Amino acid sequence: MYELIEKAEIFNVHKMVIKAPEIANSIKPGQFVIIMGNEYSERIPITVSDWNTDTGAITLYVLELGISTLELARMKAGDSLYAVTGPLGIPSEIKNYGTVALGGGCYGIGGIYPIAKACKEAGNKVISIIEARYSSMFYHEKELHAVSDQVLYATSDGSKGKKGKVEDVIGEMLEEGVKIDHAFFMGCTQMLERCSEATRPYAIPTKVALNSIMLDGTGMCGACRVSIGGETKFACVDGPEFDGHKVDWKELNRRKSAYTEHEAVVYQSYSHGCLAEKKLRQEL
Amino acid sequence: MELTAKERMAIERHGMAEQPPDLRNRNFEEVPYGYTPEEAVAEAQRCLNCKKRQCISGCPVEVPIPEFIALVAEEKFAEAARLIKTKNVLPAICGRVCPQETQCEEVCVRGKKDVTKAVAIGNLERFVADYERENNLMEVPELPDKNGFKIAVIGSGPSGLTVAGDLIQLGYEATIYEAFHLGGGVLVYGIPEFRLPKKIVEKEIGALEDLGVKIYYNSVIGRLYKVDDLFNIMGFNAVYIGVGAGLPIFLNVPGMNLNGVFSANEYLTRSNLMKSYLFPKYRTPMVIGKKVAVLGGGNVAMDSARTALRLGAEKVTIVYRRAREQMPARAAEVHHAEEEKIEFRLLSSPVEIYGNEQGWATGMKCQRYELGEPDESGRQRPVPIENSFFEFDCDQVIVAIGGQANPLITATTPDMKVNKWGYIEVDDWGRTNKEFVYAGGDIVTGAATVISAMGAGRRAAKAIHEDLMKETDETLRPPDEEVE
Ligand SMILES: Cc1cc2nc3c(=O)[nH]c(=O)nc-3n(C[C@H](O)[C@H](O)[C@H](O)COP(=O)(O)OP(=O)(O)OC[C@H]3O[C@@H](n4cnc5c(N)ncnc54)[C@H](O)[C@@H]3O)c2cc1C
Ligand SMILES: Cc1cc2nc3c(=O)[nH]c(=O)nc-3n(C[C@H](O)[C@H](O)[C@H](O)COP(=O)(O)OP(=O)(O)OC[C@H]3O[C@@H](n4cnc5c(N)ncnc54)[C@H](O)[C@@H]3O)c2cc1C
Ligand code: SF4
Ligand code: SF4
Ligand code: FES
Repeated sequence: MYELIEKAEIFNVHKMVIKAPEIANSIKPGQFVIIMGNEYSERIPITVSDWNTDTGAITLYVLELGISTLELARMKAGDSLYAVTGPLGIPSEIKNYGTVALGGGCYGIGGIYPIAKACKEAGNKVISIIEARYSSMFYHEKELHAVSDQVLYATSDGSKGKKGKVEDVIGEMLEEGVKIDHAFFMGCTQMLERCSEATRPYAIPTKVALNSIMLDGTGMCGACRVSIGGETKFACVDGPEFDGHKVDWKELNRRKSAYTEHEAVVYQSYSHGCLAEKKLRQEL
Repeated sequence: MELTAKERMAIERHGMAEQPPDLRNRNFEEVPYGYTPEEAVAEAQRCLNCKKRQCISGCPVEVPIPEFIALVAEEKFAEAARLIKTKNVLPAICGRVCPQETQCEEVCVRGKKDVTKAVAIGNLERFVADYERENNLMEVPELPDKNGFKIAVIGSGPSGLTVAGDLIQLGYEATIYEAFHLGGGVLVYGIPEFRLPKKIVEKEIGALEDLGVKIYYNSVIGRLYKVDDLFNIMGFNAVYIGVGAGLPIFLNVPGMNLNGVFSANEYLTRSNLMKSYLFPKYRTPMVIGKKVAVLGGGNVAMDSARTALRLGAEKVTIVYRRAREQMPARAAEVHHAEEEKIEFRLLSSPVEIYGNEQGWATGMKCQRYELGEPDESGRQRPVPIENSFFEFDCDQVIVAIGGQANPLITATTPDMKVNKWGYIEVDDWGRTNKEFVYAGGDIVTGAATVISAMGAGRRAAKAIHEDLMKETDETLRPPDEEVE
């Protein structure tokens, strides 16, 4: 059992601080965990945003989307998670690139933090660019500021920073001739694709953290397979970071939509309220 | 009352009562019901108690077959189970899943002419183990004093469980690290409920925990700790690697990444481990195929096909490159699959999987094969027949054509020797080239059987004991003696 020691809600993103000392001791930037809220849950992958080896706590930011993330969102401090497995995936390659641009949207705002921190420690100039619909949806900002030379904002309504998205900010910078030696993006697939397209004309080495559907996270099932430059790779063990200019986005989006109908069914059954849910459990 | 050999010979083999095919093809309950005590005794009376004990030579762990069967004949069922356990710690499982027709029963004298007439050793093994478990007669063995050595076992499949069980009984502290949230390896995520009820595996694991074996779940070695960390940070004295094969192979044909195309590992893990057959109570979704094609001819293919049927498929087709006689699956499972009206397209292999606009599989194109010259394994090699293609519709494809070595541990332990396929190299006793690191089961042999994985575990446990005891003798030797 893994105790939830802190829980906070920032709009539709849920901060979950979980006691997992062994993971806190071994995790590196760019790695993720697979978690199950209870024994009936799906195994879902979540990036680790922060960790503390003294307290043995790891921090996750979970974006509420469907049933699994919703059930996690309903948990309270003091509750326990059924399973937390990790660290998983290959850590980000951290070295002194020069200037590094990191772009984060939705859970990626929290997700890029450890990479920004490590890049800063490795001597890079770190520019963090984060996007959200409105200014009130940003989180983990103070921490991000502390490890970035510059934090730039993009919002859909223009309430903070540039009106637009990460790729608009980075596109403008590149147009203006700002030198970027390495780019890194984390967020939803559409954002990853658009940002990769923004850096492609400038041939900037671009890494994206892919979020294909996963099951075991150890390379055993192949559910997470993605095509990178025409080659099949398993995102959980060969990634999650890949060259953004080589990803087959169409295939990834298609594979990610495989369970849309199921997601709707189970989500609806849940939203009908806990009573209906209870009944469902009894019936089955 | 002692029976004469002639009287024994006159008794016909007792089959096990089973769920009828048109009932079981829609539920996940176990197919054979098991023997009644009367049936077990009667079957046991068929054994001739041969002097040469041929049957034992067919069992990879040398279960004392005639002796345990004699106990069954005397209705000493629990005693029989205990006798088996001196050689095989998981009889309820092996009785169900061993390919008896190519092992113990193949060489039984009563099956000389026709293996289906051999003494039903597997059925009897299953019966006595079930009897012991269901009547709460399982005994907790007495443990010797702890010897102070700590052993880490990576993986809780049959080989890892055997190592931990053997060593704890020799006074070691045994700790298992398992990647998943449940233990048992393929026994829980691969082999379906209708062939091996999960409560049996749970019970066996519970029994090990009662003995003091610690199991840390959700622990992926190679990531959480490297093998060397287990010595240096965690203070273990020896490490056993039993992580299974578990890297799925996909065919190199167009369409392999379409939606609806699964590795058998994914398909079975969703259904078994994550219980998506109970969706939405269990949250892991599974798309139900209407027309399902399964590629392969082994146990994994049979299990996938029969799972698809139970999940609600209208039609399930097995596509296999070789002939029926060459299918590596247990005979009983092929038979069950046929009874359940699974279609077999033998001597065929896909060349393309078709998909629709939305990226879902819709059908496949196959090529026909014929049998040619025998290959190294002695099996006739399938050769494609030119221009002999056929097509059929399917909305789901399950690829069960075998696996490869999972590189997670070996890649993070670069000084450990592996062969050219990535399997770990060991001596006859499971020793790797790294001191105090041992390995066994599928990660050494490639996909094999439960009982061979257990046999490898048993040998490695012996080697670990021998090597560590040698070590103590040396350290305990007084220094001046060493000088001489
Ligand atoms: C390496 C990696 C790191 C991730 N990090 C984070 C993170 O830090 N914070 C965060 O909020 N989300 C993260 N995700 C995404 C997160 O796993 C999914 O949002 C979550 O599984 C959705 O589950 P659901 O039931 O709530 O939603 P659903 O309604 O089931 O699905 C919503 C979307 O999530 C995807 N999804 C569904 N099941 C899975 C699954 N088992 N594995 C992966 N994706 C799935 C679907 O393709 C769909 O597009 C990460 C994904 C990956 C692969
Ligand atoms: C569907 C299917 C049906 C089968 N049917 C039969 C049958 O009828 N009869 C028969 O005899 N054999 C059968 N087999 C084969 C048999 O199950 C295997 O040969 C046997 O389970 C191998 O045992 P093992 O202990 O080597 O590994 P496994 O059973 O594969 O167990 C390995 C364990 O290690 C864990 N692990 C992997 N990597 C790590 C890591 N890095 N850190 C921690 N843990 C890790 C895995 O999660 C798993 O639990 C079948 C196999 C399959 C897949
Ligand atoms: S363990 Fe398997 S091979 Fe050995 S006697 Fe039992 S069923 Fe036969
Ligand atoms: S070979 Fe067959 S008949 Fe002879 S002892 Fe063994 S099981 Fe009995
Ligand atoms: S999640 Fe199973 S192989 Fe990646």
